[in-house]
Amino acid sequence: MTQDQTEGSAPAGPKSFLDVRDLRIHFPTDDGLVKSVDGLSFQLERGRTLGIVGESGSGKSVTSLGLLGLHNRRNARVSGEIWLDGQEVVGASPEQVRRLRGRKMAMIFQDPLSSMHPLYTVGAQIIEAYRIHNDVSKQVARKHAIDMLGRVGIPQPDKRVDDYPHQFSGGMRQRAMIAMALSCDPELLIADEPTTALDVTVQAQILDLIRDLQEEFNSAVIMITHDLGVVAELSDDILVMYGGRCVEYGSADDIFHRPEHPYTWGLLGSMPRLDRDRSERLIPIKGSPPSLINVPVGCAFSPRCAYSELNQGRSETERPELREVAPGHRVACHLGREDRHRIWTEEIRPKL
Amino acid sequence: MTTPDSEVVADQRPAGDGDALLEVRGLRKHFPVNRGAIIKRQVGAVKAVDGVDFSVRAGETLGLVGESGCGKTTTGRMITRLLEPSDGQIIFEGRDITHVSQGDMRPLRRDLQMIFQDPYSSLNPRKTVGSIIGAPFRLQGIATENGVKRAVQDLLEVVGLNPEHYNRYPHEFSGGQRQRIGIARTLALRPKLIVADEPVSALDVSIQAQVVNLLEDLQEEFNLTYVVIAHDLSVVRHISDRVGVMYLGKLVELADSAALYDSPMHPYTVALMSAVPIPDPAKRKGRDRVRLQGDVPSPLNPPAACRFHTRCWKAQEICGKVEPPLVEVLPGHRVACHFPENAPEGAGEKVTQAAEQADPA
Repeated sequence: MTQDQTEGSAPAGPKSFLDVRDLRIHFPTDDGLVKSVDGLSFQLERGRTLGIVGESGSGKSVTSLGLLGLHNRRNARVSGEIWLDGQEVVGASPEQVRRLRGRKMAMIFQDPLSSMHPLYTVGAQIIEAYRIHNDVSKQVARKHAIDMLGRVGIPQPDKRVDDYPHQFSGGMRQRAMIAMALSCDPELLIADEPTTALDVTVQAQILDLIRDLQEEFNSAVIMITHDLGVVAELSDDILVMYGGRCVEYGSADDIFHRPEHPYTWGLLGSMPRLDRDRSERLIPIKGSPPSLINVPVGCAFSPRCAYSELNQGRSETERPELREVAPGHRVACHLGREDRHRIWTEEIRPKL
Repeated sequence: MTTPDSEVVADQRPAGDGDALLEVRGLRKHFPVNRGAIIKRQVGAVKAVDGVDFSVRAGETLGLVGESGCGKTTTGRMITRLLEPSDGQIIFEGRDITHVSQGDMRPLRRDLQMIFQDPYSSLNPRKTVGSIIGAPFRLQGIATENGVKRAVQDLLEVVGLNPEHYNRYPHEFSGGQRQRIGIARTLALRPKLIVADEPVSALDVSIQAQVVNLLEDLQEEFNLTYVVIAHDLSVVRHISDRVGVMYLGKLVELADSAALYDSPMHPYTVALMSAVPIPDPAKRKGRDRVRLQGDVPSPLNPPAACRFHTRCWKAQEICGKVEPPLVEVLPGHRVACHFPENAPEGAGEKVTQAAEQADPA
């Protein structure tokens, strides 16, 4: 979130295809207010892919459901603005959002077995989505469904269209999900951990498929995952989330080769890598992710940060704002730029 | 197949394998598939594990990798005798434990322990941490120097938990901490061999690294031997000395970790490695990728001969007819393929010859 963008363009409307501004999604519970997403801003153009990474409980999935307007307004407090192709989503009526959902934006869910209806055939579920947004006959919709299943690489789509989800394997189910999501040519595709439940060889097939389809449809893709390998494969830009906030935002190149936030360093150091020589020891992040009810005061990452004492106590009292450190690269950290560069080049990078 | 006496087996073992802590030979597990409501008849069998041979030396870590349904977990559960093997032999410290009864197995449990995958379902939610970790002492009737409580608190400290948490319940801990509780329970009796079934796959990346480091430290401290079962190739490379790759109930390649990852021989291993996403956007382009088509066939009706030939790009006629056995083509590098990649001259012929010898028909 850069100040000039928020203030300068707010009255005039958004410039980007997807413009999220200061999105906050809070859940009041008996134990306290859960701030799942607390002030998130980003932009995304068509044909680009944004990767959102973070650990469980960092607010990635809540963000994606928020974009689709899927939160129940009775128990979730959503504020901020989401502009999708010139239309505001947060303040729109449920009726308007429903028209957008499926047509302009669609989602691939994490677990295809629990997100598809077990009592309807795969074809019926795709046909339903297509007919809601397009005034066509059942036959035309069925042909379209078969066509979509073929496009995502399901063998014998004219026969498999009448199968139930349980008759598909995990990878095929995920393909069917993708076919369903793409049936109305959405301009924004949100993939929430699309490959987490799949084996590596199938994961590679699905990632290839998403990449090919994105090129074909020129859609904007948001890829939500905890796997840094997956984002590195697909994303143009990467947003690192921690404790419901963005801690670092930049191009894939920036995040992997010039990361500036200690949490990003931690993620890179925790991961054993196949493309490098085997390291003697992994460098884990100490502690565990914070509870979103009791997010640490100041920098949410400070209790786990190895460098927080370099900031003369500011980490514990003052929340760092997301500041632009280079064109398109934003970091929320109290450490000075020189300190960050020095630590990255001298301490972190040699150990990766 | 009759099971030979364990003494005879010990004599037959080649001298080089003298320090093998665990040996597995021709291990099979077929789960029957029954039809009929009143009169059950067997209509088939899921060949979850179908003839696996390997040995584990004392002090090393053997990794078993493969996709879901390849039989790696079933293998692990048979080694710890949580499942009854259908056929084959499991030899632990020179003793055949393949069909040892529950009662006779109990003293062996001290030496043979397991770490489970899901830290949320493998701890009894109604017991305190103290009684969960103390259970092995009570069950085995082992006297501890300063009482069970003291021993448990020491264990908690070893795995990096606060000993004061003795009286807490599992739900009060995070996933990573629960996995540490599971590890403490496993360590209680100072086992010789630990079978770890997906020890870190349920954990977040940053926590994964903590647990992987802990497992390595404990191995050094207590001289443990691990069999690590995982689907994550990078984690397996990090912790294993040797790695076995499984596909549809068979071991297709077994080699030193470095050799396997630098020059994989079996086409399936090659495909598996190239499917792993590399966390480096600079390497996105220009990577030579092998993309497998389709899914793993059903273990109910696996392909004949080489089980990978239906998805293999190198498959020829022989692959569908003659099953390649696991043959040592380089010292310490065993592969089951007629046309191995990255292999020395004549490696494929060696495999084919061995196949003919094994089955002259």
